[in-house]
Amino acid sequence: MSQTSATAQAASNWEADALPATKVRSYWQSVGYRLRHDPVTLVFGAVVLAVILAAIFAPWIAPMDPYKDSVIGRLKPFGWRGHLLGTDELGRDMLSRLIHGGRISLMMGLVPVLVATIVGGILGVVAGFGGRAVNTAIMRTMDVFYAFPSVLLAVAISGAMGGGIGNGMLALSLVFTPAICRVAETATAQVRNLDFIEAARASGAGTFTIIRHHVLGNVLGPVFIYSSSLVSVSILLASGLSFLGLGVKPPEPDWGLMLSTLRQSIYVNPLVCAVPGIAIFITSICFNLVSDGIRAAMDVRM
Amino acid sequence: MLAYILRRILYVVPIAFGVSVVCFSLVHLAPGDPLQTILPADATAETIEIVKKAYGFDKPIPVQFGLWLLHVLQGDFGVSISSRRPVIDEVLGSLSNTLVLTGFAIPVAFVIGFTMGAIAGCHPGRAIDRFVTGVAVMGVSLPNYWLGIVLVIVFAVEWMVLPATGMGPSGSASFSIFRLDDLRYLILPVITLSMIPIGILSRTTRAAVAEIRGQDFIITLRAKGLSEFAIIRHVVKNAMPGVLAVMGLQFGYLIGGSILIETVFTWPGSGFLLSKSIINRDIPVLQGSILLLAMVFVATNLLVDLLQSAIDPRIRRA
Repeated sequence: MSQTSATAQAASNWEADALPATKVRSYWQSVGYRLRHDPVTLVFGAVVLAVILAAIFAPWIAPMDPYKDSVIGRLKPFGWRGHLLGTDELGRDMLSRLIHGGRISLMMGLVPVLVATIVGGILGVVAGFGGRAVNTAIMRTMDVFYAFPSVLLAVAISGAMGGGIGNGMLALSLVFTPAICRVAETATAQVRNLDFIEAARASGAGTFTIIRHHVLGNVLGPVFIYSSSLVSVSILLASGLSFLGLGVKPPEPDWGLMLSTLRQSIYVNPLVCAVPGIAIFITSICFNLVSDGIRAAMDVRM
Repeated sequence: MLAYILRRILYVVPIAFGVSVVCFSLVHLAPGDPLQTILPADATAETIEIVKKAYGFDKPIPVQFGLWLLHVLQGDFGVSISSRRPVIDEVLGSLSNTLVLTGFAIPVAFVIGFTMGAIAGCHPGRAIDRFVTGVAVMGVSLPNYWLGIVLVIVFAVEWMVLPATGMGPSGSASFSIFRLDDLRYLILPVITLSMIPIGILSRTTRAAVAEIRGQDFIITLRAKGLSEFAIIRHVVKNAMPGVLAVMGLQFGYLIGGSILIETVFTWPGSGFLLSKSIINRDIPVLQGSILLLAMVFVATNLLVDLLQSAIDPRIRRA
């Protein structure tokens, strides 16, 4: 008798000891916790944020007018008459053009990924949840676009349509949609046959309700992680399009276009000519590392 | 094995058909009339009608597509608007120049990327691992055409030790990979082109090696008393199929994606031809080169799949 009560005592002690230790964290809380304790991601995230803010507030931050040219002040070195990063081939302030250029470069990098995430995500869920015929129709169409190397497809579409920011973003969206669609389709197909979906259907939930409450939560994670890894690719491709003359039209400032027009002047002032590439490099590497950090924090294996 | 090969080849047919549909539609994506570039601005309605008929643009689009496909299957891609030469000659000539570039870049990238990845994967978490991971991230985040410009600035403008652009001292026609003078023109483009594959290959290798080293059979091997070198041999053997597949894909990407680097180095390859055709609005060349490059990419993917299944029989059963 005394032994049972001792056991009960021990059990209740154990409970009292154990309870405060198991602090229950929700999934997103734990993701946030891991992100907050990941200094690398935090630092590079801050750089990304700074670049985005600089682009948004460019007219207030930029020290000079990015369009004002000067005949005598062409291709001057760093620090010449208050031009911190020198001047370009028309004598315009490099720093101001760099800050303003971030607007189009970032937009052309981010918008296609956003569009492709929405379109590709919807197509992928529909393909994964629809019948065999729907799946075949969507996924085989995606396979065709997958058969092009990404740079080639982007150049082909925007080149055929005659260039420009809009066409460039459209081309890049088309490039990323198939890949995101595949990720969404795989994630949907993995959940579709699980027991809790069966249970939801048995209790009378319609297809739309099942997708919204039971499927989306399982698909959004992988899709978000994959899309975030595409941002850096998109920035590189977008600046590449501008470099080829398929994006922005001069005199609009854009990192890729600046690199292309300054290329003619590498014999005059090589250092200044390399500057826009550094902006692209830094932005792309920061987005890449932040995406890696998010993936680690969300702990989804791809 | 034969059944698998046939199945894989049959699977490529609809994809190749879809690719040709996309390439055909490119002409109709173009703003305005496809004939706009060859007709003078003041052409009469009558002339337009005649030219339209001559090019077959008066027929319904599906018929146009069928005729075009028929010609393409016979190797007739039309005539370049700017050079008046058959598109197929232009594209094949430039494709061989691109292959010279990729043919050097991929082995370079494989040796460097695989070695770096294997070393990092054998020391997970150590300083060397973090160094390799950092280099790999830099490799894939680098705007490689910018790296090309920087290399030109350093080696051609500042130090004047290597040629800046072009393919050989006397043009591409007399280029030979067996002449030392010509090879110097390859150095900068090959370094630039191999940067992204180095990043991707070292990442893939590192992940594969680290994963395989954690598997049970490695513990068994170690318990058996195998030397560290023998264990590494086992690990590398297991990591190879996956890495080779990634390398094959990179090869395809480089052939289709070298357009930026060929523009920087004015290398007369298929990418350079493509960007020239965009500037000149030479639609037949644009269409033909994209179709051929995409087909090369599809064929590379097929080849990689087949090779991988030959090395690793598990894939055939899946």
